[in-house]
Amino acid sequence: MAALWLARASSQLARRAARRHPPLRRPSRHGGEPASPWLLGPAAQPPVLGSPPLPAAERAFRRGFCSVRSFAGESSAAAASDEEEPENGFAGGDQQALDFPGGKVSLVAEMNFLPESHGERISCYRVLDDDGRTISGSRFQEVSKEVALKMYSEMVTLQIMDNIFYEAQRQGRISFYLTSNGEEAINIASAAALSADDIVLPQYREPGVLLWRGFTLQEFANQCFGNNMDYGKGRQMPIHYGSNRLNYFTVSSPIATQLPQAVGAAYSLKMDKKDACAITYFGDGGTSEGDFHAALNFAAVMEAPVIFFCRNNGWAISTPTTEQFRSDGVVVRGQAYGIRGIRVDGNDALAVYSAVHAAREMAITEGRPILVEALTYRVGHHSTSDDSTKYRPVDEIEHWRTARDPISRYRKWVQGNDWWSDSEESELRNRVRKELLQAIQVAERMPKPPVTELFTDVYDQIPSNLREQEQLLRDTIMKHPSDYPTDVPV
Amino acid sequence: MLGAARRQLGSGPMLGQVLRRLRPAAVAEATRGYSAAAKEMTVRDALNSALDEEMSADPSVFLMGEEVGEYQGAYKISKGLLDKYGPDRVLDTPITEAGFTGIGVGAAYQGLRPIVEFMTFNFSMQAIDHIINSAAKSNYMSAGQISVPIVFRGPNGAAAGVGAQHSQCYAAWYAHVPGLKVLTPYSAEDARGLLKAAIRDPDPVIFLENELLYGESFPVSAEVLDSSFCLPIGKAKIEREGKDVTITAFSKMVGYALQAAEILSKEGISAEVINLRSIRPLDRAAINASVRKTNRLVTVEEGFPQHGVGSEICMSVVEDSFEYLDAPVERIAGADVPMPYAANLERMAVPQVSSFSSILNFLLALAHTV
Repeated sequence: MAALWLARASSQLARRAARRHPPLRRPSRHGGEPASPWLLGPAAQPPVLGSPPLPAAERAFRRGFCSVRSFAGESSAAAASDEEEPENGFAGGDQQALDFPGGKVSLVAEMNFLPESHGERISCYRVLDDDGRTISGSRFQEVSKEVALKMYSEMVTLQIMDNIFYEAQRQGRISFYLTSNGEEAINIASAAALSADDIVLPQYREPGVLLWRGFTLQEFANQCFGNNMDYGKGRQMPIHYGSNRLNYFTVSSPIATQLPQAVGAAYSLKMDKKDACAITYFGDGGTSEGDFHAALNFAAVMEAPVIFFCRNNGWAISTPTTEQFRSDGVVVRGQAYGIRGIRVDGNDALAVYSAVHAAREMAITEGRPILVEALTYRVGHHSTSDDSTKYRPVDEIEHWRTARDPISRYRKWVQGNDWWSDSEESELRNRVRKELLQAIQVAERMPKPPVTELFTDVYDQIPSNLREQEQLLRDTIMKHPSDYPTDVPV
Repeated sequence: MLGAARRQLGSGPMLGQVLRRLRPAAVAEATRGYSAAAKEMTVRDALNSALDEEMSADPSVFLMGEEVGEYQGAYKISKGLLDKYGPDRVLDTPITEAGFTGIGVGAAYQGLRPIVEFMTFNFSMQAIDHIINSAAKSNYMSAGQISVPIVFRGPNGAAAGVGAQHSQCYAAWYAHVPGLKVLTPYSAEDARGLLKAAIRDPDPVIFLENELLYGESFPVSAEVLDSSFCLPIGKAKIEREGKDVTITAFSKMVGYALQAAEILSKEGISAEVINLRSIRPLDRAAINASVRKTNRLVTVEEGFPQHGVGSEICMSVVEDSFEYLDAPVERIAGADVPMPYAANLERMAVPQVSSFSSILNFLLALAHTV
């Protein structure tokens, strides 16, 4: 590992050397224009205090970061005069462009405010039309029949799983559930475009990513029932799944906290030079959190290989996007942070697949964050604690549930390729349904985690005060057995 | 200070009676527990050397915070580290405590060992959600799947003339939360040993330093200077043995307690000073053992009195050693006001050595009149 940091340090030095002789990149507007003080042109270079002047092309290439450092005074690491380009704001004489910390800017005599929006909304990438046919001229990442069918069957599985667990909550068998209705393409297609080594930091509406990676229906059921086979040892509400083995970080309730965490995880992948990225999911509402800003800003500065995947499904519980932000959705914000972004039709499995595939490649090979905004619609209620008919029209929900359903749209494409038939469809649905009901029965009957698990994992090693508390609890249970539930093993 | 203000009546004629009745105390020499100390080291250098050694030993350790790199650290604690380890391991962050704390936690989830520096712990308020809900609780909520080997460090408590938003002590805040460990070094030995232990610990650790201690020098033995030196987390240190009263203190107040103990020893009162070193887990065994010996307890802290560290210590002693107490537990704490700026007001808002003496004298007076 020491060799690694040496390599990094020397690459850092190499980068600094390169800055002394940067490539001629910026087109300069040379060529015989009248020497107006307001145009960038070939006129005399403003004298720069403290160091010899560089040719125009070189001076056009700046990392603003450097210029701030040279103001800082005595810091030994940066301010060695040879290494840094000269930079200050005191350019005298001619003023075609001004030097400021952050780089050169050209001047303009008119006072123009940038408009609050581009005028036209950023367009949306799509591959399949509403009838599941590839749009002519569309470019997308091809999938093999095997992958395509796996995507389809997992989308169906996710849908059935959501319906059955939702019903189980309504029947009082689990305390809570949250569906991904309408977002099956986002869940499965994005997962399919990732590798098993990519680290996933979900919000809570992405169980399909876990499903794709191999989490079984029984494992989902165990978590929802909080039994002793739950990997979470019964510590969390339903749908707070997590799996170390599948590189899926345990769902955490506070909104958008996973965003800066993903940047940290990505940074660690970068330090280890792994061929993997981090991906983090969040909704339109999550973009209002301070963590969204901090994460994007930071990811850009740290050049972290992370995909920020926004499921813009139009609703944050009862808050529509018109009340959540006034920007053109989420994709436009990427540029504000210096991050590349794309808007994609979230109900188009192939478009989501292609976009994430490309994003992943850029993130890893170029070491940069990418923002993906998938437009979609939250067909279900926010959760079992919500009745969305109270704040949105029922026919709107119906329209998205039927006419804009991502699963039927994708099925039409798969069937169009002669890869799927109706009989396979009913066979799949029956099998999944049976498996789920079985899993629920098994999970429900399984005992809960034992009392010891109340006190473990607070720390790496259980401290003495918790051991004492456990003993105290056991003694109390022994004394008053009738006050304690019978299905909790002591 | 509260106590001192209330108990002015404790000095004066009563004190005279007390002194006559006290048996001459054989004042124990201040045993600092160091082996033959040849060298002195400032707390700043102790912290810097600990960071350096741990970063050298384990490449997954990295430092992140505002001004830690180019500026050599806002208080120069990370001096020289950027030059030595490069910008991949010493990261200057944008001004977003919530951001870099979240990022640090994410990196820890993934197996790195970040050290996140807050310019002062007052600014950790902007990141407290990540500290509590992401760092402290993750191991438990994920049933051991996500461990968070992260250290949050920085100056804590009152400095000098920096006002309310730069002077609060957060020991009680963080020590309240299961899942965190909270350490409060005093001397250079504490700083080195506890920081190394914190960095090596698999759980999230809050490491509360003190700005006014950074420049103070302490003797350090060869053992302390060794790169493998490490102090156990959860063990307090008896800085000075005594038998008439136990004084518990942490961070800067340890120095004050020692000064007070010295003054008291000239009056024939032998005070045992415990340097807590660790607020969570609290070394209840050491505190109780001491109180069972001396039968009197005074807790000292710089922070606000209500729900403070002293309250917890008092309760621990009441639970375990009630019959041994000859007098009620006394608490010395800062004034229950946001820290004022004016120098005279600031002085009155934090405990001073004189406040110890008056409390202690009153305590002893009370005990001997019973």
